[in-house]
Amino acid sequence: MVGAAVACGLVSSPLTRSLKIAVIDGSPISFDKVKKSDIPDPRVSSITPATVSFCKDIGTWDDLKSKVAPFDSMQVWDYAGLGYTRYNAADVDEPVLGYVVENGILVSSLRARLQGSDVDLLCPTQVDSVIFPHRVGGLPEEEGSNWAHVSLKDGRSIATRLVVGADGGKSKVRKMAGISTTGWDYMQEGLICTVRVDEHHSTAWQRFLPTGPLALLPMNDDFSNIVWSTTPKKAKELKSLPSEDFVNAVNNALTKDFSPPPKSGFAEVLTNRFLSPYFGNLAPSATEEFQFPVKVKSVETDRLSFPLSLSHARSYAAPRVVLVGDAAHTVHPLAGQGVNLGFGDAAALIKVLEKGVRCGLDVGEISLLNEYENTRKFANLPMMAVLDGFQRIFSTDSGPVNALRAAGFNLVQSFGPLKKLVISSAMSNGFSGLPGLLRI
Amino acid sequence: MSMALAVRRLSRLRHFSTQVSLRSNPDARDHGPTAGKYRGDRGSSSTKSSVDAQESAKFAALSGTWWDELGPFKPLHAMNPVRLLFLRSGMCRHFKKDPISPRPLDGLTILDVGCGGGLLCEPLARMGAHVTGIDAVEENIEVAKLHAAKDPLTATILYQHTTAEQLVQEKQQFDIVAALEVIEHVPDPMDFLQSLSLLTKQDGAVVISTLNRSPTSYSLAIFAAEYILGWLPKGTHDWSKFLTPEEVALLMERASLTVRALLEEMTGMFYDPLKQTWRLADDLSVNYIAWAAKRGE
Repeated sequence: MVGAAVACGLVSSPLTRSLKIAVIDGSPISFDKVKKSDIPDPRVSSITPATVSFCKDIGTWDDLKSKVAPFDSMQVWDYAGLGYTRYNAADVDEPVLGYVVENGILVSSLRARLQGSDVDLLCPTQVDSVIFPHRVGGLPEEEGSNWAHVSLKDGRSIATRLVVGADGGKSKVRKMAGISTTGWDYMQEGLICTVRVDEHHSTAWQRFLPTGPLALLPMNDDFSNIVWSTTPKKAKELKSLPSEDFVNAVNNALTKDFSPPPKSGFAEVLTNRFLSPYFGNLAPSATEEFQFPVKVKSVETDRLSFPLSLSHARSYAAPRVVLVGDAAHTVHPLAGQGVNLGFGDAAALIKVLEKGVRCGLDVGEISLLNEYENTRKFANLPMMAVLDGFQRIFSTDSGPVNALRAAGFNLVQSFGPLKKLVISSAMSNGFSGLPGLLRI
Repeated sequence: MSMALAVRRLSRLRHFSTQVSLRSNPDARDHGPTAGKYRGDRGSSSTKSSVDAQESAKFAALSGTWWDELGPFKPLHAMNPVRLLFLRSGMCRHFKKDPISPRPLDGLTILDVGCGGGLLCEPLARMGAHVTGIDAVEENIEVAKLHAAKDPLTATILYQHTTAEQLVQEKQQFDIVAALEVIEHVPDPMDFLQSLSLLTKQDGAVVISTLNRSPTSYSLAIFAAEYILGWLPKGTHDWSKFLTPEEVALLMERASLTVRALLEEMTGMFYDPLKQTWRLADDLSVNYIAWAAKRGE
């Protein structure tokens, strides 16, 4: 997905339009225009306004805008029942916090954008091997090409200045480039499915349970998406439950299990008596009461699950190769940031390649690619650290930690400036603090 | 600070031929082997004889590292994008070309005097120009040719082991003549600029970059580099030969070259150690680059 996004961006920019680009993908091109199927696929992503802006720049938003489900508020609480936080798009004077969209629709919109362009869509086929000059050894002055050579499984061979590795967490390109990764397993699995709820809503609900967060994301009509991160054992159990029992399990986990829901009022008191006299600057959601999430009525798709881990490539670039998206970093889905970080990578890479063309440089030059790496590491690493931190804090069940979490909830809920900071950071795809970075 | 010094060190390496090895010929401190090139002997053909063989061999050994982006020439590679952006915007403005076209220099001829390994020539060729690169050190030309041959977009560059004076004799002319980090080495900047001017077509332009003669450049490029850190042999630079922007502008005027607008066409370059990149800046106190149009007669 992110690879196709890079190609779309390059094609949309007048400077890089003239570069010869080939996109290699394992799945066949589908020439059908994107249509919403009746029941949404459970593989979804929540995209931030920064990502939407990127989609506008690369020309895919027109296709997407009727197929995404906006959400304008969010409620986060945990099983200890001591606190909660509500976020509202109105806190930052925006109409929405983000949109939920099926991954398949994102991919189709990108493919559609590439159809009419000069990009070579080589699908379905896969990369067999890549020979990078820096791995072969020898001085640059020796005879022969110093380009990278890609061999495909169907026998074709391509010589190129730059290979963009967008082939996911188990990236082959990354292996061939000799870039190692660091990271750990979360010992958790993410279980996903599409459900019907009792009324249409536009709120993202997330309750942190001892075994992991359970999120309910709004989709079109009365559909919603479940992302339940939990232990592999529990995931297996949940998958094997009959539908009705599963529905009950979800509803209970969101409302009754473990402890009664947090009381509103505490945050209100805190805000009105202590904080607003001094800080003013109240966010509208600071005085919102805790609300019960919508009720799940039925499960509409298979329940799928996948293991969760954090991983980070030691470098994002080597001579003639650069990594974007999951090939460079994978994160816990607890904040729905994965796809957004990937699109952030794409935007930054396009900007760097534009600069390369403007300076007449060879686009595979390492000094250029290092600029991309520095920019994205600066933006991605803090986000990944924060997400990882959250994952740990919310997995720890002990009195002091629970109280700490409660304090955190209440503080963010009541303290407007902090809440606005949290929302803005999440909405801008990383802590770069410069929205312009993501605009082509 | 260290980066400005590193660039100086690199300019030293690049124009090794232009320094007489100060050790072997103490009298010639002010002139390099370029003495043969630029002072009086307009007719001298090859500079090989005036280049110190020992120094030349020393530099020849480094010639293989020109294109190692992470090697000793790394700061020069880092500075390249900024020089190229300046050149590109100058050329688009002067010749009324479209700045967002991928190959805006199509149809223009450029001469790079003192081209070294071709760091400037290759990007200019990719931008569409027809480029000729000349250098007095033969090894540089060999390295430049070999590297340019690897990319079809740069294989059209013409590299020659020759001098500006020689080309003047041959009555060659170009739309743009660039001499970056050269003028501080020549014995007679006025003569040098005259040659560059003669090589430029009517309504063409000349670009030069050099170091300012200022207290800042003394403390960085001379004092720190040569006497404190020992990065360069003492006496490598004659600070009195650095030219201030005003002097350069004046000499250019006399050579029929006009710097139209200060700060638009004369800009400083400095290294930001936090971001590890070079930037164009209003401060011309150390490195600066200047664009001058050839006046019609």
